Amino acid sequence: MSAKPRLAMYWAAACGGCDIAVLNLGEALVEVGSRFDVVFWPAVMDAKYADVEAMPDASIDITLFCGGIRNDENEHLAHLLRAKSKILVAFGSCASEGCIPGLANLSTLDEILDASYANETTDNPDGVRPVPAWRENGVTLRIPTLAPLLRTLDQVVPVDYTVPGCPPETKRIEDVVELVGKALDGTAVLPPRGSVLGAGHSTVCDECARERNVKKIGAFRRVTEIATIDPTLCLLEQGIPCNGPATRDGCGALCPAAAAPCIGCYGPADGVLDYGARLMSAFASVVDADEPERIEVILDGIADPVGQFYRFSLASSLLRGGREAMDQAHRGRASAPVGSPAANHPAPRLGRTPPSAPMLDVLGPQDHVPQRAPTGPEPPAPTLEPVGGPAR
Amino acid sequence: MSATTAHAGAAPAAKDGRFEPVILAFTCNWCSYRAADLAGTARMKYPPNVRLVRLMCSGRVDPAFVMRAFADADAVILTGCWPADCHYRIQNVKALRRFILLRRVLESMGIEPQRFQRFYASAAEGQQLAAEFDRIVEEVRALGPLDWAGRHAAFVPSATPPGAGVGEARAAAEARAAAPPPAERELAEVTA
Repeated sequence: MSAKPRLAMYWAAACGGCDIAVLNLGEALVEVGSRFDVVFWPAVMDAKYADVEAMPDASIDITLFCGGIRNDENEHLAHLLRAKSKILVAFGSCASEGCIPGLANLSTLDEILDASYANETTDNPDGVRPVPAWRENGVTLRIPTLAPLLRTLDQVVPVDYTVPGCPPETKRIEDVVELVGKALDGTAVLPPRGSVLGAGHSTVCDECARERNVKKIGAFRRVTEIATIDPTLCLLEQGIPCNGPATRDGCGALCPAAAAPCIGCYGPADGVLDYGARLMSAFASVVDADEPERIEVILDGIADPVGQFYRFSLASSLLRGGREAMDQAHRGRASAPVGSPAANHPAPRLGRTPPSAPMLDVLGPQDHVPQRAPTGPEPPAPTLEPVGGPAR
Repeated sequence: MSATTAHAGAAPAAKDGRFEPVILAFTCNWCSYRAADLAGTARMKYPPNVRLVRLMCSGRVDPAFVMRAFADADAVILTGCWPADCHYRIQNVKALRRFILLRRVLESMGIEPQRFQRFYASAAEGQQLAAEFDRIVEEVRALGPLDWAGRHAAFVPSATPPGAGVGEARAAAEARAAAPPPAERELAEVTA
C-alpha cells in the first residue's frame, strides 16, 4: 500500500468546470499524481461509492468537493466524504456558495421540473416525469431524489477550507497544491480552519488596473448598449454594473481587463456577510440622483437585480435561508466566536499515518499560524476528527 | 422607551387571537429617534409591535442589517431625517437610494413591499411617527407572519408524500407500471 497522502475529488451539483480547471494544471498535474495517491475522482477515473464506503474513517487526507447539494445522492456523498476525509475543501463556487445551480432556489421543484419536462420546447406527450425508483423486468432502477432547495456544502457538513471561483483559476489551484505540498514537507503551515485558500482577502477592484475616480452614475447600461468602452476607466463609472466592489480578489481581475464587467464568481470578499447586500450598498450609493422618481429610473437600468447581485451566491444569501441561514452564518467560517467549542479543536494533521509512526503535524504552535488578514475574530483550527457523523 | 427594551424575539401577547407582528424600525439619532422620544414624553401611543434600533444615521443601515432583521422580524422600517436635514449632509439620501434598490431585490425574492417601508420624521414629528407606525403595523398584520418555515415548505411538492417521488409523476409511473411495458421500453440488458 502506498504511503503517499491520499487525495479525493468529487462533483455534486456542479458543471464539471472545476475538474477541468484542475486538469488545466497541465504538467503540474503530473506532480499532483506523483505526490498524491488519488483514491477517488469520478471525473477522471472509475470508482464506486462502495469503495469509498469501505474506506476507514479519516483515511483520505484531503478531499476537494465541488458542487452544491441538490439531491440525496449529493447529500450522501457529502456526509460520506466528510467522514472519510481529514480535510474537506469546498472547492469552487458551487460548493462554497451555490453558484449558478443555486439560482434555481428562486423556483419551486414543480417549476423546475416543468421547465425540463413540460414547457413549449419539450416533446413529452405522456407527461413523463422522473421517479426515484422504476421496476422493469424484475430489476429496480433508482435515480436520486431532488431536494426542495440547493444547499451549499457547509450548510450540510462542516467544511475545513474554501477555494472560491467559478472555476478557481488554475494558477490559484497551483498555489493551493504547493501550499499543501509544503505543509506535507513541514515547511509551511496550513491556515486556521475556515480560511479561504487560493484567493486574496480584498476585492477585485484592488487587483483591477482601471482608473478609479469619484463615482456618480447617471445611467446603468449593459455592455452591449455601449458603442465604445473606455479601455482605462473603471467600468462602474461608465455605467456598467461591475461586481468588483464586493467580490474577492485572486482571479487577477481578468474580466474587467477584457472590458467585461466582473460578475462575482470569486464570491464575497473578507468581512462581507452577504454578498448581494454589500454590492447593493456599493451600487446604490453612487446613483447620481436624490429624488425617488429619478433614482427609480436609474435603477431600472439594472435589468435583473437578483441575477446581478446574487448570480453566484443566492444559495448562501442571508435572506433566502431566513433564520436557518443566519444560524449558519453565525456557526460558519467567517464568524465563529473565539472560545467556542470549535475553536479548541486540534490542529490539522496531514499525511498518511503508517502504523506506529507519529502523525506528521503540519500546524505549528499557534503563534506560527499566519493570521487571516481581515475583520472578525480568528476562526478555529480545522478539526481532523470525522465530524460529519457516520455514513448513511 | 419601553419599546427599545423589549426582547426583539418575542411577539406582544396576542389579543383576541389576532396576529401580532414583530417589526424592527431603524431610527436615526438626530431626528426619528427623537421623534419617538417625543412621542414617549408626550404620552402618545404607538403599537408595542415596533422595536427601535437607534443608529447615528439612517445612512448607517447596511442592506445586510435588513436581511438579518428579516430572519426574525415580520417587517422592517427605515426612518430618518428629511432631505437636506441630515446631520451628515447627504447620508439620508444614500439611505434612500439603498432602500429603493434593496426593496426591488426583496420583492424579487418574495418579500412583499409592505414588509419593508420607510418614512421621514423630524425631531418634532412624534405624532406623525406614531401614526406611521400604526399604519404599518396594521398593514403587516393584514399580511400575516413572514413565516420562513412555511415559505421553505412551499418548495416541497405538496401532492407528493415524502420520498415518494415528484409531483404527479409517481401516479403516472404506477399506472404505467401496472400496464404491460411497451416493447420500446424493454430494459433487458440492464442487470442488477
